[in-house]
Amino acid sequence: MEIAVCVKRVPLVGSTFMLTDDAMAIDTSRIGATLSPHEENAVEAAVRLIEVHGGSITLFSVGSAQAEEQLREQLAIGADRAVLIETEGTEIDSQATAAVLAQAIDQDATDFDLVLLGTESADSGGYQTGIRIAHALGRPVVTNVKGLDITDNKATCERAVGAIREVYEVQLPAVISVLDGLNIPRYPSVPGRIKARKKPVDRLSITIPEPTTIRTSLRVPQSADKGAINLGSGQQGAKALVEVFKQIGVM
Amino acid sequence: MILVYADHDRGVIEPLTFQALTFARDIDPDVHAVLIGGSSAGLNASTAAAELGEYGAQVVHIAGLSDYSDYAPLAAARALVTLLGSTGAQALIAASSPRGNEVLAHVAAITDRPFVADCYSIAIGAPHKIVRARWAGNLHEEVDVDAEAADVLIATVFPHITEATTAPAAGAITEFTAAVSQDDLAVQVINRVGASTGGVTLPEAKVIVSGGRGMGGPDGFGILESIAAALGGTVGCTRVVTSAGWRPHSEQVGQTGTKVAPDLYLACGISGATQHLAGCKNSKTLVAINTDPDATIMNHADYIIVGDVNQVLPMVLQEIQDAKS
Repeated sequence: MEIAVCVKRVPLVGSTFMLTDDAMAIDTSRIGATLSPHEENAVEAAVRLIEVHGGSITLFSVGSAQAEEQLREQLAIGADRAVLIETEGTEIDSQATAAVLAQAIDQDATDFDLVLLGTESADSGGYQTGIRIAHALGRPVVTNVKGLDITDNKATCERAVGAIREVYEVQLPAVISVLDGLNIPRYPSVPGRIKARKKPVDRLSITIPEPTTIRTSLRVPQSADKGAINLGSGQQGAKALVEVFKQIGVM
Repeated sequence: MILVYADHDRGVIEPLTFQALTFARDIDPDVHAVLIGGSSAGLNASTAAAELGEYGAQVVHIAGLSDYSDYAPLAAARALVTLLGSTGAQALIAASSPRGNEVLAHVAAITDRPFVADCYSIAIGAPHKIVRARWAGNLHEEVDVDAEAADVLIATVFPHITEATTAPAAGAITEFTAAVSQDDLAVQVINRVGASTGGVTLPEAKVIVSGGRGMGGPDGFGILESIAAALGGTVGCTRVVTSAGWRPHSEQVGQTGTKVAPDLYLACGISGATQHLAGCKNSKTLVAINTDPDATIMNHADYIIVGDVNQVLPMVLQEIQDAKS
């Protein structure tokens, strides 16, 4: 089974956001980077599928040259090669991202049975890249997937709706976008990291389409300083809390 | 006129859809709703249309598709594309629910238009001026959307920024037919498993008692279950907790879990990472119990107790039981 996984490097944000002076980006000078969370699950799913079915995994990413760091990390987990379509530091909109990824997957020498990615990215949260890639490649797509099993070239996918799970079936080749909760991603092993150093990260140049959605500014929403009321501690706090429960009508 | 895609499950309209209708009315009072269903989708057209009318839908367009089960995203999108062509709507809006985002992304992909998810405000113009969520609402992004590319603006509304208010309108039913192929129906719900256990689910819970790393381990959640049961609520947790395998992912509240807005969110041993706050900061009352008075969650809480959850929570449970007896 040949699997393509699309991944995105995003800033590793803790509890606060600092913006650049022009308010056009997150100030990443003092923070690290990570993989967008759902995509950690996508790579883990791919590795598990290859363990059962054989085959190989190719990572695709659109981003800065530094995204190689995240690609190496995922190569260490079990992907075989990576393709990085470098942008010159500027972020591109969802429509353009999907177009570039679809072209890269389409023109790759490998015919992929499956394209995996996150349903939405942690930063832009556009909810569309997988769907647009599927349309561009002429393949079916299942999104929001939290359970995945492939037998006889057919993927059985589960997604959560309230307390129940919906089941979908789709014939490969297909695009499947996943969510956190699909699995618990593994950490790279030391031998995995050593092997990853020798795995190829190819650079691919693709003309980026003109953007249709253009950022004019970012802002950190004023967190209404709620001026929390301290209920005290111990027994006194517990009593006061129960009074609050009565006041707001939950008791 | 604005078309609002009404996300429903077997005829039960997703509550966020009423927020989307309210939001759409502010852009243009001429709002129409769209319901897509099939013979087996459990959709009672007149009941659903009456509900949508209550929230301001002048007209409710209904497509009954054959061979459509509970939900088939591409087929629903195909029907919406047909309707966009025949009604001349200036915008297609939906709630930012999994189905809302999915169907509208398909419409955008089919028609090669931009799709703007998770909007806070929309001003239609040239360009369209939009404020939307990034990082699940931890950042706001102002964007200009090309009006030529987005001759019909396709967008979803960020949850819980607009309170759903009624504005009774006719809700007149208009049936329409859509050319949907078998390929469009290839991806659809074929089965439902794990039927409700009768417990309260996170999105509908009025009370959520949630635990983080500070609960110490899976055993620490027993007390949270007891408090949740005593208050008729349910248990939630953070991503750290599910990643450690302490609790199932279905209980995870946050950017990559469930986003909730209960009457009471009791955050126990939770530091308040942006990932988690994105899922709970719309709670009506947020109470935090934490040993660290400077934890981020304390700045977002209405009430705080500084203390060790292992000591405080049993006292809280006792006080609830005493108050009830």
